[in-house]
This record gives sequence, C-alpha cells and structure tokens, in this order.
Amino acid sequence: MKEMRLFVKQFGFALESIKAAWPICLGYLPLGFAFGVLAQKAGLDLLDIALMSILVYAGSSQFIAVAMLSSAAAPLSIILTTLVVNLRHLLMSSSLAVYLHGESRRFLSVFAYGVTDESFAVNLVKFREGGWHRYQALAVNQITNFTWIGSTILGGYTGQFILAGSYGIDYALSAMFLCLLSFQLRGRLYFLTAIISGASAIIISLIFPGNGFIIIASLFGATAGFALKRYAQRKKGLYA
Amino acid sequence: MLKTQYLLLIVGMGLVTYIPRYLPLFFLAQKNLPRWFIEWLDMIPVAILSALVFSEIFLSGSPRHLDILQTKSLVAIPTFIIALKTKSLGGTVISGMILFWLAERLC
Repeated sequence: MKEMRLFVKQFGFALESIKAAWPICLGYLPLGFAFGVLAQKAGLDLLDIALMSILVYAGSSQFIAVAMLSSAAAPLSIILTTLVVNLRHLLMSSSLAVYLHGESRRFLSVFAYGVTDESFAVNLVKFREGGWHRYQALAVNQITNFTWIGSTILGGYTGQFILAGSYGIDYALSAMFLCLLSFQLRGRLYFLTAIISGASAIIISLIFPGNGFIIIASLFGATAGFALKRYAQRKKGLYA
Repeated sequence: MLKTQYLLLIVGMGLVTYIPRYLPLFFLAQKNLPRWFIEWLDMIPVAILSALVFSEIFLSGSPRHLDILQTKSLVAIPTFIIALKTKSLGGTVISGMILFWLAERLC
C-alpha cells in the first residue's frame, strides 16, 4: 500500500512535468523541423545537424548559424554572433538562480544545459507559483531538449524532399520570436519597453555594421523600461 | 567546410552558449540578489525578443536597410494576433509559416 502511494505520488510528479513541457514540445516540433530543412539546404548532413542540436541547443542561434554558413561566414564570426545572441540566457539563469539556492554543483551544471527561452518561461512561472521541485524543472528542460534534437533530425531527413523556400519555412524563426514576445507583454510598461528596445535595435543596426546591435539595444531598452518603472512607482509615492 | 572545422565551430558555439547559462547558476544560487537587479532582469526578455523581432521583420538585404512594408512585416500582424489569442507556440509558428507562404504566392 505504501509503495502504491509512493508510485502514485511519483507518477503525478512526472505527469506535472510532462504537462508543463507539452506546449513547448508542440512549438519545438515545427520549429526544429524548419531548422532541419534549412540546415539540409545549407549542406549539413544528419550527423552535423544532430551534433549541432546536442552541443549548442539554442534555436535562434542555430538558425542564425545556418544562415551565416550559407553565406560562407567565418567560423569565428558565427561563434561571436552565437555568444551575443545567447548572452540573454545569462539573465534568465540569474532569475532562475533565486529558486535554486544551495543546489549541488553537479545538479546546476546539468540544469544549465537546458535553460532556453521556453523552459525558462515555464519553470519561472512554476517556481513562482510554488511547490515546483528542482527535478520537475530539470525534467521540463530535458523533455524539451530531446524533442528539439529529434525534430531537427526529422527536418534534416525530410529536407531532401522539400524545395528551398517552400511552405513558409523561412518564416518559422520570425513567428517564434513574435509568439515569445507576445508572452512577455504583461502590461503597459512591458509594451513600452518593447517599443523602445525594438526601435533602438533598428536605429543602431542601420548606423553600425555587425550583429552587436541586438545586445546593445536590449540592454538599453531594459534599462529604460526599468527607469520608467521606478519613475511610475515614485509618482505613486511608493518610494517617496 | 571541412568536418574538423565544422566540429570546432559547433564546439565553440556550444561553449559560448553553455557558459552564460551556467555562470549565474553557479555564482548566484548561493546568495540573494538585490531587489533592483531582479526588477531590471525582469525587463530583459521583453527587450531582447523585441529587438530580435524588429530587426527580423523591418530590415532586409545586405547591406541592410529599413523596409517597413514588406511581406515579413505585414504577415507579422496576423501572426502576432494569433499568438496573443492562442498563446500557443506551435500554433503560432505553423500559422505564421502558412500565412507567409500564402502571401509570397499571392504577391
């Protein structure tokens, strides 16, 4: 009886992780598939695609890397762009760190591998609600990780049967960013921050060459949004 | 591109992706972050995603230039509405791709 109860408890525990990971997996399937097709068109074989998905595991920079490979960019500039695009995880991991106080180094180093925009968003909400176990968070990371790797390989295999530029596959990345952005617009302040950051990204990108404009515009936009928030709080007298 | 060169590339990409994910967990999991820092961090995702979206849909060509009314930006409007209404990443990606595909065939 005791074992039975333990089993039911653990089963419910795992089921919660699967329920939380499920929407991310549904998103990763078409996205990973689209990436696989584009990578195949850029001349990568299945092993290349699998290795990139396993070693890098970052959707947007994988898309960008494939685009740069097609235009014969130097490896070093691809690595630097990847660094800039993925610096945002620095901030996501910082937010998650609040909930992973005093965990072992081993756990943290495994957990870090699976921190993505999507797993971060889901796990942060769950941690804030409370009662979310670190292993449940890790399960969300790894379930979505396997889905990503699998769907990119599937896309890479199917790519040979699909013509370049068909079925709107070129738009998969934009649609993903649009959706992730819509999740973040939780109020007027976030909306303003988005406008400031987006507009400054355009302006900076037109003045300076290279890919550094994303990180500069984001830091500027976030700081402006933070300043606006503080200003609004002061006006309300909260910090007077 | 040679196989060894490709391997070096993805190992490099993997490292620069893993390090920013790992360092804060390693250093910050031990202590409390100041309140203002957490509030500032809260603004980062919206800022980055917006910078990525704007540069993705309003710029084109190489050297890049501003192109406000192009297929990518016009399709972004219904795609964004679908994202807001459905809150589904998979649904949004698939609808965005179909809309873009249709728009390109019609134009």
